[in-house]
Amino acid sequence: MSIDKETVEYVAHLARIELKPEELEKLSRQLHDILGFIDKLSALDVEQVKPASHILPISNVLREDEPHICLTPDKALENAPSKSGNFFSVPKIIE
Amino acid sequence: MELSQLTAHELLDKLKNGQAAPKGILDSLCARMQGLEPKVKAYARFKSADKLSLNAQAGGLLAGLPITIKDNICTEGLNTECCSKILENFRPPYDATVISKLKSAGCSIFPLKANMDEFAFGSSTENSYFGPTHNPWNLECVPGGSSGGSAAAVASDEAIWALGSDTGGSIRQPASFCGVVGLKPTYGRVSRFGLIAFASSLDQIGPITKDVEDAAILTRVISGYDPNDSTSVNQDVPDYVESLGKDIKGLKIGIPKEYFIEGMDAQVKSVIEEAINKLKSLGAVSGQVSLPHTQYAVPVYYIIATAEASSNLARFDGVQYGYRAKSDSLIEMYKKTRAEGFGEEAKRRIILGTFALSHGYYDAYYLRALKVRTLIKNDFDAVFKDFDFIVAPTSPTPAFKIGERAQDPLKMYLSDIYTISVNLAGIPAISIPCGFTKDGLPVGLQVMARPFNEEMLFRLAHAFEQNTEWHKIKPRL
Repeated sequence: MSIDKETVEYVAHLARIELKPEELEKLSRQLHDILGFIDKLSALDVEQVKPASHILPISNVLREDEPHICLTPDKALENAPSKSGNFFSVPKIIE
Repeated sequence: MELSQLTAHELLDKLKNGQAAPKGILDSLCARMQGLEPKVKAYARFKSADKLSLNAQAGGLLAGLPITIKDNICTEGLNTECCSKILENFRPPYDATVISKLKSAGCSIFPLKANMDEFAFGSSTENSYFGPTHNPWNLECVPGGSSGGSAAAVASDEAIWALGSDTGGSIRQPASFCGVVGLKPTYGRVSRFGLIAFASSLDQIGPITKDVEDAAILTRVISGYDPNDSTSVNQDVPDYVESLGKDIKGLKIGIPKEYFIEGMDAQVKSVIEEAINKLKSLGAVSGQVSLPHTQYAVPVYYIIATAEASSNLARFDGVQYGYRAKSDSLIEMYKKTRAEGFGEEAKRRIILGTFALSHGYYDAYYLRALKVRTLIKNDFDAVFKDFDFIVAPTSPTPAFKIGERAQDPLKMYLSDIYTISVNLAGIPAISIPCGFTKDGLPVGLQVMARPFNEEMLFRLAHAFEQNTEWHKIKPRL
């Protein structure tokens, strides 16, 4: 399987990364090579193999739903590029 | 010898009997940094060692000792930037669990963070927003990566010891390139809470130290269950120091035939063969083993690791922390922030990972990679039925020149060919110094063991170290 420039452009949009034309050109070429290498995997028959999303026999780790000490609003907002009161502030979404 | 040149356990002895004081240790490190740091560049934001001070912690096992931390582990109030523009000036409002544990043990967190590849994406530390680190054994070479700053700091005695993180070899490979000890613990052994996530099913924090005893001490302190990390495992942490000094007679080491193939540097090969002979002379029994899916490890890794990274790095959008580009529209703000904030390798990996997870490609890439991961893990399970260890080189080559692989991502990815499987299988592995090439570059011996068998790793590594002199040789700087 291969990857063309249009696909890279679309995926970059999904990933919310703006690419300059020369970046798009270079990345498309590099990803084509990398995916060519990765295509090695298609030689294997994995029909009967279970996927390993991770290697520990742990699933659905739950905790009691109890209040506990966490970050104060002041601390949570300490690094915000823009804030207003107790909120993160972003460019207007709704006209 | 200067205090900065000693190991942590030697310094602990000196602190205990009054031959050294915490202030003296810091002064010695600062003097060392003042002279060397402009050449080595192991730290992310070094200007001068003049004004560095340490927050003394209350007493504890490690009281009085400073430790150097990789730039992707959260330290409250101290810059933690993943060596990326997108996290410029980020000061975490909390400590990672490993940092809280170190502080409770009395350790002082060194105020400068260690350099790394941006978000741990790389094998050379060339992808840092702050510029590359230089290998203390040859300043024209890379220190390895991504924990290259941590390894170079320890090797050049600009740090007593350090923490790194390892997703595909990022502790072991730089330890090997810099001639120091590096351990990737079992997945789940050490809490990842406060480690800025790269690939959550692979990441693990671990020690980079001057000898095996220091690695054992540090691993003991940072290990254990943490309710804040649902993938940490609730299993007792043994006193790893107790496993040191035992003999290795009769222990079985497997040599994977798939690792000793074309592509391995001839000098690395002969150094590793000598190291294996040394282990045999100490009583270990060796046999050839097979890990048949080895050739698939790198492709599997670059699907799984980039897929998880693309998801983990979605949080860097200019809203809650870090860099934000100016724009009047929200979507455009996201796109510009990420375009300007991420470096080239980060963009490449995020886009590759997004592709592998996207509609129409998920089954062919991501799901298939997860299935092959099962096959790779099964290979290890089969070998560990009969063998206590697997022994191999840490890297197919010694440290390479700065710039040599920077323009060829695929060639860079292949630097990790011997370390990546360990993360995919979740097992522990250590890299220890085992010799030098003719050009004087260090070579690392990698030893792997069954899950949660760090004790055995320390036992074998310590036996090898105590019967060789490699760990005592320092770079001439």
